[in-house]
Amino acid sequence: MAPITTRIAEGFRRSRNARLFGLLSPGAFWLLVFFTVPLLFMLLISFVEKGRAGGVKVPLQVTAESYLQFFNACSSEFSGPDCNPLLYINIFANSARIALIVTALCLALGYPLAYFISRQSVRSRNILLLLVMIPFWTNFLVRTYALKQVLAESGLFNTFLLDLRLVNQPLELLFNETGVLLGLVYGYLPFAVLPLYASIEKFDFSLMEAAADLGANNRRAFWRIMLPMTLPGVVAALVLVFVPVVGAFVTPDIMSGGKVEMIGTLIARQFGSSRNWPFGSAMSFIMMLLVLVGVVYYLRSGSKEERAL
Amino acid sequence: MKKQWLFAVVIVAMIVSACQTAAPTTEPGGEVVSERCGDKSQLAKEITLYNWVEYIDPALKEQFEAECGVKVIETNYDSNETLLAQLQAGAGTYDIIVPSDYMVSIMVDENLLEPLDFNVIPNIKNIGAFHVNQPFDPEQKYTVPYFWGASGLAVDTKVIPDPEESWKMVFEPSPEVCGKISMLDDARETVGAALMYLGYSINDTDLAHLEEAKELLIQQAECVRSYDSQTNDDLIITGETVVGHLWTGDWTLASNPDTGGREGIAYVIPKEGCTIFQDNMAVPVSAPNKYTAMVFINYLADPEIAAQNAEAVGYPSPNAAAREFIDPEILANESIYPPEDVMQRLQWIEDVGPALELYDRIWTEFKAAIGG
Amino acid sequence: MSAEATVSTGVRVRTQRRPVIRIGSLALSLNAIVIFGFLYLPILILILFSFNNTRSVAQFTGFSTEWYTKLFSNEELQAAAGNSLVIALVSTIVSTVIGTMTALALDRFRFRLSGFLEANLYLPIVIPEIVMGIALLLFFNQALFPILESVIGARPTQGVPTVAIAHIAFNIPFVYVIVRARLADFDHRLEEAAQDLGADEWTTFKRVTLPLLMPGILGGGLMAFTLSLDDYLITAFTRGNINTMPTYIYSLVRKGVTPEINALSTVLLALSMGLVLLSLAAQRKR
Repeated sequence: MAPITTRIAEGFRRSRNARLFGLLSPGAFWLLVFFTVPLLFMLLISFVEKGRAGGVKVPLQVTAESYLQFFNACSSEFSGPDCNPLLYINIFANSARIALIVTALCLALGYPLAYFISRQSVRSRNILLLLVMIPFWTNFLVRTYALKQVLAESGLFNTFLLDLRLVNQPLELLFNETGVLLGLVYGYLPFAVLPLYASIEKFDFSLMEAAADLGANNRRAFWRIMLPMTLPGVVAALVLVFVPVVGAFVTPDIMSGGKVEMIGTLIARQFGSSRNWPFGSAMSFIMMLLVLVGVVYYLRSGSKEERAL
Repeated sequence: MKKQWLFAVVIVAMIVSACQTAAPTTEPGGEVVSERCGDKSQLAKEITLYNWVEYIDPALKEQFEAECGVKVIETNYDSNETLLAQLQAGAGTYDIIVPSDYMVSIMVDENLLEPLDFNVIPNIKNIGAFHVNQPFDPEQKYTVPYFWGASGLAVDTKVIPDPEESWKMVFEPSPEVCGKISMLDDARETVGAALMYLGYSINDTDLAHLEEAKELLIQQAECVRSYDSQTNDDLIITGETVVGHLWTGDWTLASNPDTGGREGIAYVIPKEGCTIFQDNMAVPVSAPNKYTAMVFINYLADPEIAAQNAEAVGYPSPNAAAREFIDPEILANESIYPPEDVMQRLQWIEDVGPALELYDRIWTEFKAAIGG
Repeated sequence: MSAEATVSTGVRVRTQRRPVIRIGSLALSLNAIVIFGFLYLPILILILFSFNNTRSVAQFTGFSTEWYTKLFSNEELQAAAGNSLVIALVSTIVSTVIGTMTALALDRFRFRLSGFLEANLYLPIVIPEIVMGIALLLFFNQALFPILESVIGARPTQGVPTVAIAHIAFNIPFVYVIVRARLADFDHRLEEAAQDLGADEWTTFKRVTLPLLMPGILGGGLMAFTLSLDDYLITAFTRGNINTMPTYIYSLVRKGVTPEINALSTVLLALSMGLVLLSLAAQRKR
């Protein structure tokens, strides 16, 4: 009789389902227990009344007022005539706008960089990739403050520009939206570079030469050959940058001096000094849903295109 | 023969134990030192102190361990709400916590605090009268005041040699100040500052008054460089701001070259009103070592210990008896220890209950209007 | 300008066609230089100020190594750094393995719930960290620990294990996304070819699939390691009494970023650079 391990292995080899189960179960288990369940806790919290001291009122009182409050900021008893019901929606839209700009910038900068890296020798490639990641092994707070110093009015960057007479006055790169954009791009660029690289590295560059042989110019070859074939990497980069940036708040807070309010700041405050957990949870779920729907929709259409190729 | 040996052993043991009780004291009046440790037989081996960052002289923890044989493990939080969340989630293995005023009243309501046994903490009598029996702990049952401070204005005297003691400096700034102001990034503090400047109370919940305050803040915003509660001291040290909304302890460090600051930064407490906050030592209901915790609290309220702590931390001490031991130069500094009439200007932030939602919305509207 | 192009026979042929790949390589290099400059300039500032002779990180007044001496006697900071490293290593290894397995499963098999599962996998990326942090805090203390307590008899506390668990949970999707992107272009014919040549499933996987997948796996692992080392918010709620580097540093920012933190960051950088040099040397040997 063959030992039990060999028999299990045989079973695995034969049964497709067993293989699938084996591959899938650790991930599914982990996420289910340590993610989905805690998340359900939060979902519950979003549908009850807030407690006076943070947390929730016990015994639990079910209500949808937190969700209502997001869509109509004037729904609570404390609003006056000048209240703008779209207050929270506007903040969310603004955050999405900033996130889109950051994502676009990260893609625009990251794609050429990933391309550049993938064209180097194997040894150089790995080193360059590591070099992209290394700054992020220092602490992000320290890094952000260091970036702030570089961009300050009397900082290195402005001094450099002034000395070279490229500008007459120091550029205002902090305490405004520009600072937020710079800080976020600085923080999320590697999130774009890595997946882009993973895809570009696989790309068969002789296809580009073939396209040239057939008379296509650079731009055409890029848009019609290279980009579609590296689309999975682009989509991955897009998701990995846009999604966390929408909810970011520490970096925007530091770089804008507390002047640019993003949805992340608002949510964080509900779990902090404003002690309104249900509202914070409700906003988080709304944000999650909207972003998730957008991402899945984009993914589906992206993969359809890819299959059509 | 055996009896003699036994006798000798007993004598030696007695001598040795007598030496040990005397040993911790290298100072004259050794018994006082041991008394600071309460009943040693009831002491635990270690306690956990959940505290604000850099809010205790590190040497004190070692001193307590040397004197009383109890190890103090410290872990930190950065806000009252984090502290509250941890306690409410049942995550507590904390023996001592240091909540601020308004948080004490919340925790008392939520039955999170253990009533203190003042037989173990006789040093409560050392605390100054101003600091006890405040609205958040009216019968002084649950806390022992630790440090207090104000949220006043730090001013660069090179630019403003003779600062006016008023919020006017930031709400109606002169041209050389505009663009170089920092305010605290906190709804209650900054909206509160606007409220007080307009003549209202810092705990006002009237919508019309808050809307007024909001308009004032929106108008002020273009002259404000940053809303910052963390690095506002660095900003004024480097000259990026000229007037900063700062807590007392941050100013103490910022105005002292020995601690990385620089000279020439004054501190004013505006005449229209100013926040006073007080952090208090308390013992959570879930604390595993309540007796030892209270002994440590008593230790920290000892006049000499409190003085040593105050000099290290930089915040004013509510411990009146400690004044004997604090450097007279520090005591004379009216920015740290303001005179009676200035103390009357100070207003406590009280919990406004459900109206906190109103403050949050006002603050959100304000932030959205200036940057979003 | 007239161009040269190599055709696969290796013979140089002068052509009138515009070069496809070579043009713009200057622009590409420039782009790379600018980006690396942007990335590293703050780092250089960081390093510079770690040698400052005063407490300031804003004004450099003189050279001193006092912060490094302070660093090496700061036990709390060292404990925090140690915790960070352990958690990062553990969570990287586990999440990379699980993430790769999940990517393989969802790529190769189409089954009814796959769409739903995929959406679920993106959730940890979408969710605001603070929500996940609080959710885990509640879950550990109100659900998991009481259950474990009734089973084992002792109530566990939060610490390194809970942080590691949380990190693994949010790292899996990141690894998944990156490996999945790599798999999307995977040429299955290579695997079929190997099997035609007589290799069994496991050998095919080991000698064909895995090596080709490696850049994606390494990329995912790298991402996971970085995310774990740098995480603040989720760690803050699941850490109990222990500190990791980000939580310790964050708590000190209250009093201003002192050069001691810069010194620590510089040390970490030096270690990472050392890693790079080591891998360079290792590759040369091959």
